[in-house]
Amino acid sequence: MSSARARALHRRRRVVNLLGLGAATLATLFGLVWLVWILGTTLWNGAGAFDAKLFTEMTPPPGEAGGLLNAIVGSAIIIALGIAFGTPVGVMAGTHLAEYAHGTALAEVIRFVNDILLSAPSIVIGLFVYALVVQPTGHFSGWAGGVALALVMLPVVVRTSDETMRLVPATLREAALALGAPKWRMIVRVVWPAARTGIVTGILLGIARISGETAPLLFTALNNQYWTVNPANPMANIPVVIFQFALSPYDQWHSLAWAGALLMTLVVLVLSVGARAALRRRG
Amino acid sequence: MADVAGHIVKSYEQELARLRSLITEMGGMVESQVAMASEAVLGRDETVAARVVEADPKVDALEQEVQQFVIRLLALRQPMAQDLRFIVASLKITSDLERIGDYAANVAKRSLVLHQFSLPFTLTGLANMARLVQEHLKEVIDAVGNNDAEAAVEVWRSDEGVDQIYNALFRELITYMMEDPRSITPCTHLLFIAKNLERIGDHATNVAETLYYAVKGETLAGVRPKGDTSAYAVVRPASE
Amino acid sequence: MADQVAAEQRSETPASTPDASAAAQIAIRNLEFLYGGNRALKGITLDIPARQVTAMIGPSGCGKSTLLRVLNRMYDLYPGQRAIGEVMIDGQDILAPDVDLNDLRSRVGMVFQKPTPFPMSIYDNIAFGVKLHERLSKAALDERVEWSLTRAALWDEVRDRLGASATGLSGGQQQRLCIARTIAVRPEVILLDEPTSALDPISTLRIEELIDELKRDFTIVIVTHNMQQAARCADRVAFFYLGELVEVGPAAQMFTAPRERRTQEYITGRFG
Repeated sequence: MSSARARALHRRRRVVNLLGLGAATLATLFGLVWLVWILGTTLWNGAGAFDAKLFTEMTPPPGEAGGLLNAIVGSAIIIALGIAFGTPVGVMAGTHLAEYAHGTALAEVIRFVNDILLSAPSIVIGLFVYALVVQPTGHFSGWAGGVALALVMLPVVVRTSDETMRLVPATLREAALALGAPKWRMIVRVVWPAARTGIVTGILLGIARISGETAPLLFTALNNQYWTVNPANPMANIPVVIFQFALSPYDQWHSLAWAGALLMTLVVLVLSVGARAALRRRG
Repeated sequence: MADVAGHIVKSYEQELARLRSLITEMGGMVESQVAMASEAVLGRDETVAARVVEADPKVDALEQEVQQFVIRLLALRQPMAQDLRFIVASLKITSDLERIGDYAANVAKRSLVLHQFSLPFTLTGLANMARLVQEHLKEVIDAVGNNDAEAAVEVWRSDEGVDQIYNALFRELITYMMEDPRSITPCTHLLFIAKNLERIGDHATNVAETLYYAVKGETLAGVRPKGDTSAYAVVRPASE
Repeated sequence: MADQVAAEQRSETPASTPDASAAAQIAIRNLEFLYGGNRALKGITLDIPARQVTAMIGPSGCGKSTLLRVLNRMYDLYPGQRAIGEVMIDGQDILAPDVDLNDLRSRVGMVFQKPTPFPMSIYDNIAFGVKLHERLSKAALDERVEWSLTRAALWDEVRDRLGASATGLSGGQQQRLCIARTIAVRPEVILLDEPTSALDPISTLRIEELIDELKRDFTIVIVTHNMQQAARCADRVAFFYLGELVEVGPAAQMFTAPRERRTQEYITGRFG
């Protein structure tokens, strides 16, 4: 009697389970379709111009063949500037939050503000740097682009380094202090190494994030048709080149834009996978 | 002592209670052995004497059981403080009780020999001694059952009375033997019987001491009142 | 010839090895400890003799760990915790505000409940603490590392992989590494906060053997929940209950015939 009731109950649970599972699978497929579509289109259209010339020739004038060399180098320089500004400040700020301001109201306020910065539209950051750097200096520059990207990267690094450092067990800190270590030495020799993979992951994620940013660069580094490695000048960079070439009426420019998009997708992919691999190695 | 809280682990509490009841059970058997042995001597009853001897293996078996139970408790419970003291004490107490049983059996055996003689004197002194020893034995076994250190001290103090009777008896029996050499055999047996009763009293005192330590965690202060002076007694013939 | 032998013996006991007279005694007088408004320790007065193992036992929250963390001022890390009273280590009041905490902690080492190997090599784990307080040549540092690992009964197991990461060691080895790391600094006192609660029984016995070995040179204070452990390795035992020191005495007496009823009830498992 009761076993019959139990069987009915189990059957109903199986049906509900199947329905739920089915709905979840459909939702996942829906999301995946767009992703595959985007990647597929990028690959399809970008592969055409994705050749050696892409890395050896400058951006061409309309109607001529060329590559993206100046944009690739420009992007690399601007991103390097962003990393150079963003990483130390971010790690230090994260360290302050996790180690010095731990448990204080100030830390909570900083974390909150940092989270807002994390989700701020990047165009706002572009405008801010435009007002902060471009206007006073009177022209667009690689420096300004670097600063803008640093500001985009900063909250990512702050957040991840803060969180991974807080994951370091308190007993490890106490163990270092119990040996008579001063606090700074405990942080540098014990906490940072213990949180190293997490911090590195945060930096890699930050780099992945800034590599694709267009909006902050439109207002800061702008673009440059010519070769330059001097950050004081306006600098070519892949996102803005894609933006301009894609809006143009010329076919060569279109295919270069696709190739640039593919290149960036690959770079971001490699960084993300690298970050994930680093994270997994820690576990 | 009886007001301490029970163990958190109930089965442990039950095991300790079982250990205590094993000891009192053994005590009860030994008590009746001593009573029957006294009865055999004083009432000249041969069937009772036989029952005393028969009871001995049962007492020994009980001692074995306690011993194994104690080893089990020590290994499995890792007792501490008063539990540890009681568990170890129960080993000593049962070995004292076992000795008491042996003495009772010896008394019973000698009573059989004694029956072949007619005695020209009464056994009043021995009867007193037997009664006193039985009282002490009962008190100390009750004290074990109730975990009562004060009662144990009482027994410990009163052993001196037994020793005094024994000393008097010793002189008395030697006098009989000097008066009439034919009484040497029964009197020698009576001397051993008296000595055995005195030893039973001593073991009862040992139990009291052991119990006191188990309860209080300290040994009874000072030296036990020791009244047996027969080792130094000299009885000379009246003619000299 | 004889001189040569003597010289060799001298070189085997370099100046960097500690002398045996460093152990300190501790005198605690009227110690109160406050967690915010909470009194975690109430009027503790306790002497901890040098070169002995003093075990502190008692139910969770009785204050025994708190007392341990007073002895190296570990509580200073946390705001709102305060100790009042007097704690003299070798005649110096360590609660005084002008006490150099780093110096104090070099004299009073601590080993924690869970092994806490630093994320670095075995060698660096030991060298980390030593370098904080002394400038040694590479050779002297090598000697010190070997000395402390030997004292911690770990040398034979790790001598071939000093450069390997310490996190790759087993739990018991990690804990012995932590002990080696602590004695490498040559403290006077070693505090052990439930050092074997995360270890298997055999590793536990190894640590207990080690404690027995170390008490010749150090004053050892151990907090443990394991009564048998306290019975096995302590010379003196202090029983704490609700922030009070109920009873202290030689281990043999505490476990066979404690004086206080609360001690008795606790160690026989009668807490009700």
